[in-house]
Amino acid sequence: MAISTNIWIWIAALLTLAIYSFLYKDNPFYKFAEYLLVGISIGYGISVYWHNTIITKVFNPLVYDKNFLVLIPLILGLLMFSRFFKNVAYLSRIPIAFVVGAGTGLSVPSSFEFLFKQIYATMPLKLDVGSLIIVVGVISTLVYFFFSLEHKGFVGKVSKVGITFIMVAFGAAFGYTIMARVSLFIGRIQFLLSDWLGIIK
Amino acid sequence: MLKKTLLLIFLVFSVFLFSQENDSLIFLENQNPFLDFKLTGNDIPNDGGGGIQINWCFPDSLGNWFLTVLRRDDSNNLMVVATDLLVSSMQVRDVSSEEEPSRVKDNTNYYYTGILSQNMINEQFLNKLISNGSEYLKNGTYIFGNDTFYITGETEAIVSKSSWFNLSRIPVLVSLIIIAFVFLYYLNLAKSGKDLYIRKINGLDAVEEAVGRSTEMGKPIMYILGIGYVTDIPTIAGLTILGRVAKKVADYETRILVPSYDPVVMTTAQEVVKEAFTEAGRPDLYNKNDIMYITQDQFGYAAGVDGMMMREKPGAVFLQGLFFAESLILAETGHSIGAIQISGTTETAQLPFFVAACDYTLIGEEMMAASVYLQKEPMMLGSIAAEDLLKVFIMFLIIIGFVLSVLGYGFKIEVLKSVFDWLINLLQV
Repeated sequence: MAISTNIWIWIAALLTLAIYSFLYKDNPFYKFAEYLLVGISIGYGISVYWHNTIITKVFNPLVYDKNFLVLIPLILGLLMFSRFFKNVAYLSRIPIAFVVGAGTGLSVPSSFEFLFKQIYATMPLKLDVGSLIIVVGVISTLVYFFFSLEHKGFVGKVSKVGITFIMVAFGAAFGYTIMARVSLFIGRIQFLLSDWLGIIK
Repeated sequence: MLKKTLLLIFLVFSVFLFSQENDSLIFLENQNPFLDFKLTGNDIPNDGGGGIQINWCFPDSLGNWFLTVLRRDDSNNLMVVATDLLVSSMQVRDVSSEEEPSRVKDNTNYYYTGILSQNMINEQFLNKLISNGSEYLKNGTYIFGNDTFYITGETEAIVSKSSWFNLSRIPVLVSLIIIAFVFLYYLNLAKSGKDLYIRKINGLDAVEEAVGRSTEMGKPIMYILGIGYVTDIPTIAGLTILGRVAKKVADYETRILVPSYDPVVMTTAQEVVKEAFTEAGRPDLYNKNDIMYITQDQFGYAAGVDGMMMREKPGAVFLQGLFFAESLILAETGHSIGAIQISGTTETAQLPFFVAACDYTLIGEEMMAASVYLQKEPMMLGSIAAEDLLKVFIMFLIIIGFVLSVLGYGFKIEVLKSVFDWLINLLQV
């Protein structure tokens, strides 16, 4: 048994325990770790934005490459600050509208491509029981997502089959993700018992 | 004595000779046993330019060999495109990326050469080859130390071009036009006053109950939009539902807290809530500080929201938006404080956690239909009816595909087999 003498291991271990202490109840140790994490991540985020956006995508193209097209997104970005001035605060809606509109528009073709891929994946390329289950599963699930029909009679029965398929898929996904989370937890315990306390190797 | 001294000198000299790395470069021009191995290239079609694809065919004996691809331009500038590709990979793409935007320029002649080797490429050899310039890139064999490298012939000039249209997406365009017409038809139908129906969505009937319960308990409502950006469809859907929930909150004269992950989402949420409070006739109740920014770190956000939940103890928690690994952390904390939880996301991997930990869950498209359900505007009801019609069309397409596959491949009817193959090709966009 050899307890770590590395200060960073100690900090990481104590912060891990502080976060886990939330499992008992909210307490000052958790609050400290929470504020530290939030504060550091905001500081780190600002530096990343500064270098990757302000310097790389605005300052350098504008000053060195004389690319004045950059001024358009720059002005849109600056309009966000109009929120600080009550009489021109409405101007901040322009960049928001631009971002929401462009984002929605751009996602239309990709959503369609996804739809095509999904239909393609459902097509029975092999004739076996698996293909039949997939076809029945997809069709009944689609029926569950009918909103303009009342789920009664035949539609109701098919939609029940659909929700059963959905729940089976959720169960499988749940188990799979829990396994991944348990492996993360094991990793953390290994860190505490091995890297920090040196109890296990 | 002299004999011994000479022997010693010979031994020392031998050891010295063998300890030196032999880095002399021997070139055997036109002596290449793999003359048939040639690179070919073409502009990547339907792209925005800045991309060339290099292909090659290979005999089975070279399957496990390595290939390094070099590129030359008209000014004889040499660049390494890729090193140590397995010959069996048969292709590589030389593309401009966001990290290297000026890698391949449009309308510029490029010539590609390959270096075949049994072992991975020797860095010293490669550096020497590049520093010596393009005249060293001749078809032939190089011996460098203990390694042998075979230089393939150079390709013809290949030029990259940008395309105005991505022709492979024509089926997408056609279906988009059809869908737009279907939507327009249903919108007109709704405008003309036809009654359109929307089925009951369980989770949404509980919104009123959740807001009312929180008000009775004197506790605020927490609305979490997840870690999506304002360009993500689930976040946009979450913001639309937020508007409806905020209106009910204003009616009940209670508080709504919206901790945000992204500054633009926060600003949009502030606008949405402000508008909802104004619509409800209570702009005085709106407090923009209740819609606050936490951080853009996933688990920092989860820790911050969890802490806020424990301290503010909201009576109802809405989790509507894009969620990833933090979903269960948030939902479980909400459950532990006894809040009514109504969740919704399109992330299939996170939905099971919401189903397990929340009182009501909007699954995928139910979330998109939620805003229509809460307000029941005729125009939006029209869009729901149009979507349903499209689902019917997709179902028919799948059924037709299934029948064609059974008859074509199962019963060996050639015509139907061809139709099925055509359908499959059409779907591969």
